[in-house]
Amino acid sequence: MTKFRMTRRGILKGAGAGLVTLGAPYVFTKGAWAEEFCNDPSKGRVVFGFNVPQTGSYTEEGLDQLKGYQLAVKHINGEGDGGILNTLKPVALKGNGLLGRKVEYVTGDTQTNTDVARDGARRMIERDGAIMVSGCVTSAEAIAQQSLCQEMGVIYMSGLTHSNDTTGKDKRRYGFRHFFNAYQSGVAIAPILAQEYGTERRAYHLTADYTWGWTQEESIKAATEALGWETVATVRTPLGLGDYSQYLTPVLNSGADVLILNHYGHDMVNSLPQATQFGLRDRQANGKNFEIIVPMFSELMAVGAGDAVKGIIGTSNWHWALEDEGTKAFTKSYGEEYGAPPSQSSHTGYVQAILYADAVERAGTFYPPEVIKALEGFEFDGAGNGPTLYRDSDHQCFKEVLVVRGNENPSSKFDVLNVIGKTPRDKVTYDPSIFGGELGPYEPNQC
Amino acid sequence: MVSLSRTDLSKLAIFAAIVLTMPIWLAPFGAAYPGLMQKFAIYAIFAIGFNILFGLTGYLSFGHAAFLGVGSYTTVWSFKLLTMDILPAMALAVVVTGIFALVIGYFCLRRTGIYFSILTLAFAQMCYSLAYSVLTPITNGETGLLLAKNDPRVLDALFGASASTDGLPHPTLLGGSISGYTGFYICAVLLIVSFYISQLIFRSPFGLALRGIKSNQTRMSYTGFNTKPYTLAAFVISGMFAGLAGALLSVTDPLAGAERMKWTESGNVVLMTILGGVGTLYGPVVGAWLIKYFENIFSAINTNILHSFLSFLPDGLEQVVVAVLSKFVGEGWHLTLGLLFVLIVVFLPGGLVEGSQRLARWLTGRLKGSGAQPHPHPAE
Repeated sequence: MTKFRMTRRGILKGAGAGLVTLGAPYVFTKGAWAEEFCNDPSKGRVVFGFNVPQTGSYTEEGLDQLKGYQLAVKHINGEGDGGILNTLKPVALKGNGLLGRKVEYVTGDTQTNTDVARDGARRMIERDGAIMVSGCVTSAEAIAQQSLCQEMGVIYMSGLTHSNDTTGKDKRRYGFRHFFNAYQSGVAIAPILAQEYGTERRAYHLTADYTWGWTQEESIKAATEALGWETVATVRTPLGLGDYSQYLTPVLNSGADVLILNHYGHDMVNSLPQATQFGLRDRQANGKNFEIIVPMFSELMAVGAGDAVKGIIGTSNWHWALEDEGTKAFTKSYGEEYGAPPSQSSHTGYVQAILYADAVERAGTFYPPEVIKALEGFEFDGAGNGPTLYRDSDHQCFKEVLVVRGNENPSSKFDVLNVIGKTPRDKVTYDPSIFGGELGPYEPNQC
Repeated sequence: MVSLSRTDLSKLAIFAAIVLTMPIWLAPFGAAYPGLMQKFAIYAIFAIGFNILFGLTGYLSFGHAAFLGVGSYTTVWSFKLLTMDILPAMALAVVVTGIFALVIGYFCLRRTGIYFSILTLAFAQMCYSLAYSVLTPITNGETGLLLAKNDPRVLDALFGASASTDGLPHPTLLGGSISGYTGFYICAVLLIVSFYISQLIFRSPFGLALRGIKSNQTRMSYTGFNTKPYTLAAFVISGMFAGLAGALLSVTDPLAGAERMKWTESGNVVLMTILGGVGTLYGPVVGAWLIKYFENIFSAINTNILHSFLSFLPDGLEQVVVAVLSKFVGEGWHLTLGLLFVLIVVFLPGGLVEGSQRLARWLTGRLKGSGAQPHPHPAE
């Protein structure tokens, strides 16, 4: 009987041979698929991937965004009352699914962490066969997912991301943003600040230390300095900090009379009440009342921050109490579904999913380059923000920006913000070249 | 040079077969996609390296994520400055992490036990804070270090490799693309090589010395054995493994973020090793796979999936079962993991590997029939 002898060389040979054998089919299939694109739904299901933070600093916003997405899928599939499909102009969606096919979705938790967000997006694309990925509450997540989606050749519709970089320095051909950005906030808020607080102020910035915080600080600083304000200091705070007292103490003796909080989500929910408890707003500095500004604001944050939010000025992408038809339709169907008014986070998610679906319907195909061309330069109305343009040169939406103020006498727990100003679209339109960046190619990669 | 026994070689062969056939046997678990399998291979390398330190010398490092991060940052910088080829990037990452581990190890290894753990934790948290907010020109802070189209890439420019006409360049292996399954097989081969190296270390006199240090360091030094160089070598080797894992993370996905250095990542690798079985060859790998599987698959299960999965139950009962189970899946996956960890540490201190050995013994005991003695294995 021959004895089976195992040698190291034999094993290495065997392993090598095994590797080649296993690898070979993929090399062949790769070539065979070259004519087609990633996750072509004509062979299988139509799957959207919704990747939002369900744990971490931005949990509330993420969960509410997910509700918006779920509602959008219902409306695309013709369930429920149709929401903004009745008000969107022009609209190609018929409420019978997408190109006659029912849309399904998968969800993921980004944990407010860029690495996890990318892992989630890869799972959706590679395993679940998602044709489109959407969702995020931080710009870091948006930028990370959008560059991944460009590599994979899958369209990414970003959720709540306010950094200039998302459609500036780090823009991608496969990434689209409906939300407004920090530059637009600066332009919109400046006239109101001049009117309320005058043109001789000394501002102190506390900034969340990542891409969104940096660009918002830069934009707000530029806008306020143009008014004649002086910037005393800009201090970066780590994301997800619970106790801001070590950052608030230096503000007292800095000679500043305005504190600008470039914080969002839990950060702002912690920092604003703490600043108020420090007695900052009861102080007099330089002979003026000390003021706090939160340039970027949302309903969920205002609810979380409680009384501290009263009288605080900021900007918003959208508010449920607006009077136009699109807002009314969306607020109504969201309210019937979940029993509360929607936040701007769920609104932007909802609109992004509908806009993608509509672009597919208009293009008549899922082939990403055609869908991208259908979205680029798309001019629409009735989605809640008035006439809106999806600009082709940077994939940024241009629409009205709202200036809001914390309600002094709220009539209900949802009635926390008042819209005090609307900055028209042409005021917040800017030259795309100021932020640089490059969109990249239309042609899809293989995933 | 140490050579492996026949049992070890067959273990290696079995391991290689398991790793390379992952796309087949992982399919029923919904995990057979390149993104996750790459993570499986990479974190297994990380855990194998950690086990060389923790499993052999008993030094519990709570700061291994720092090496993962250093490896990632080095790789991305190599992509940015030198070339998009992954070989120099990985070599650099391993070397830089090794030097880094030498420095940290030199200080931390002056203490043992809990003080060593605290020191490594302190170093790692320091690195994390540095990467997160102080060294932002090098690390790009919270956003993470990304490739840009106009990076210099000196070597690529030198050899006239024309930058791809549009879009960002991709990492390559000698000019070939490494996306998808190719990327997985690269990680898989490196995992098998790492496993082989760890086998060599386990069987070598060096490994024996390390085990001696674990069982009684004082006695070792009283016999005139200088333990310092041995522990430091183990620390550096284990750091280099972590550096390789970090490099692979950036190779498969050219991005490096500070959260890779966070203490939770360091804690994760401790969990992986303990779950699988400290000081065993297979243990850390099994633990790494289990945790990554939980993190990626369990966390994606939502109530809708549960409802469709349990639709065979009567309506009222289904609601109750779904309501209970939904606390343990989706965003509650940490809860499941925690429970599992507690159960394993309490009932199977040797981890899953011990569990499987017990199971095997029990099965063979049953097969031998009633004639088997009450204690079929001799006391240790």
